[in-house]
Amino acid sequence: MSELSELYQETILEHNKNPRNFREIEDADRSADGNNPLCGDALRVYVDLEGDVVKDVAFKGSGCAISKASASMMTQTVKGKTKEEAEKLFEEFHSMVTGGLDVETEENDLGRLKIFAGVIEFPARVKCASLSWHTLNAALHGEEVVSTE
Amino acid sequence: MKAVMSGWDVEKIRQDFPVLSQTVNGKPLVYLDNAASSQVPQSVIDRTSKYLAEEHSNIHRGVHYLSQHATTAYEAAREKVKRFINAPDVDCCIFVRGTTEGINLVAHAYGKGFINEGDEILVSEMEHHSNIIPWQVVAEERGAKLRVIPMNRKGELIVEEYDKLLSERTKIVAMAHVSNALGTVNPVKEMIASAHKLGVPVCLDAAQSVPHFPVDVQDIDADFFVFSGHKMFGPTGSGIVYGKREWLDKMPPYQTGGSQIRTVSFEKTTYAPLPAKYEAGTPAIAAGIGLGAAIDYINSIDFEAAARHEHELLEYATERLSDIPGVTIVGTAAEKASVLSLTIEGIHPHDIGTILDQDGIAVRAGHHCAQPVMKFFEVPATARASFAFYNTREEVDKLADSVQKVIEIFA
Ligand SMILES: Cc1ncc(COP(=O)(O)O)c(C=O)c1O
Repeated sequence: MSELSELYQETILEHNKNPRNFREIEDADRSADGNNPLCGDALRVYVDLEGDVVKDVAFKGSGCAISKASASMMTQTVKGKTKEEAEKLFEEFHSMVTGGLDVETEENDLGRLKIFAGVIEFPARVKCASLSWHTLNAALHGEEVVSTE
Repeated sequence: MKAVMSGWDVEKIRQDFPVLSQTVNGKPLVYLDNAASSQVPQSVIDRTSKYLAEEHSNIHRGVHYLSQHATTAYEAAREKVKRFINAPDVDCCIFVRGTTEGINLVAHAYGKGFINEGDEILVSEMEHHSNIIPWQVVAEERGAKLRVIPMNRKGELIVEEYDKLLSERTKIVAMAHVSNALGTVNPVKEMIASAHKLGVPVCLDAAQSVPHFPVDVQDIDADFFVFSGHKMFGPTGSGIVYGKREWLDKMPPYQTGGSQIRTVSFEKTTYAPLPAKYEAGTPAIAAGIGLGAAIDYINSIDFEAAARHEHELLEYATERLSDIPGVTIVGTAAEKASVLSLTIEGIHPHDIGTILDQDGIAVRAGHHCAQPVMKFFEVPATARASFAFYNTREEVDKLADSVQKVIEIFA
């Protein structure tokens, strides 16, 4: 039960209820669709760039609490960052949820995104947490569709 | 004290299934994912191990002792299948690896033999992907059209619409006997009779019917009847296509290769008679023998009482869960078996599945390989509990309590 309360922390439940930047960006510079065919999570990430900087980022779609909260916090975190910084965060996040990065002992810039470290105890949910990040990464690289299966 | 319902001693039955006695996340396992795959009784495990330990050899090929022994055991399993579904002829029971392979066999072989440009194939709106895609592919290859038998909001096929769809262009009807996503038991006997009036054969996806109640393929008059061993207490890698001889004899083979031929030269091959014609290559022998043992197991219990017990569980679960505010049952057909699919307002089924798992409860969360069904009910997914005769009323109570807990966590 302690693992469960670690997964469904207050912050995650709150972002699930009130996701930030949960909207479309019309004529976005970049957008990509992310699908997790296993559970039916589907979202689209929109990115507006100003030079190399993520000026605006938003998402739409449907998914579980983990994927929604992760997408919501992803948008908050990368807004205002350079493409390079966003990509670095993607790498770190991905590493954290797949067990490659111990956020407590190794240096990283994940900040409050660290609350997703708990998903590692729930292997079936790792893809939920990382879907929006994969989709952001695809959008930044000009790809249109990603699937986490 | 555990109540014994309908003369069914569930505690005694549970002892036959070793998996059920374990704990998960510190809680006793509550296995409610039987529609995905059912558990295996000790007798099936023993029979399969015995085969591997003492009898294994390739079948139909050796003059030596072991090969003959293995062949006899495998063919004895086929005979059990015949009796289990009351097939008229043992040679019309073809071993496959499972329902998916079986439907592909029927679709491709029948399609090649009998479907042409402008023809129509009917499938229903509640099908598992494995009873949609093979037909879609065949339709495209043959220039035929796939048409869909619609359902109503309860998840029942609209038989009047089906009758209207049937025409001289219809070449085959493919539908589920029982829906894996909704639990609906379709009125197949009546629907098959309507198809037969026009000479149209019907292929039933029986993956979810044979584990739950006795079926007589001659009584319902199915032309093709396909199921998996692993959903009826047997091993994975076993499955059956039953087909009427009139079709199986006329259709071309599906896969080709060893064991299915009469004579081969580089100019021409002639095929072996049924069932070998459709059984190219070395089959899953241990799995086939295990399927036979699963049938022995079913024959050893009172299967009618098992079905009644299961039905009482389904009704009890439906009642308990409908009483929880925020819970919606998806699939409320008058005739149902085993399956209780649900959604909770504002909570994704995947989250439900994770929280239930922490309580040791195994359910499936997802689209159940039936995306058209999800689309029809306008949900991305559902959480699905599916019962077998070894489940108990206490387990239903645990399910209801855990669902309540999900709602509290998300409140
Ligand atoms: C109704 C139905 N059809 C087909 C299948 C596919 O069966 P299998 O995966 O054993 O080939 C399933 C199970 O997943 C099912 O429930």
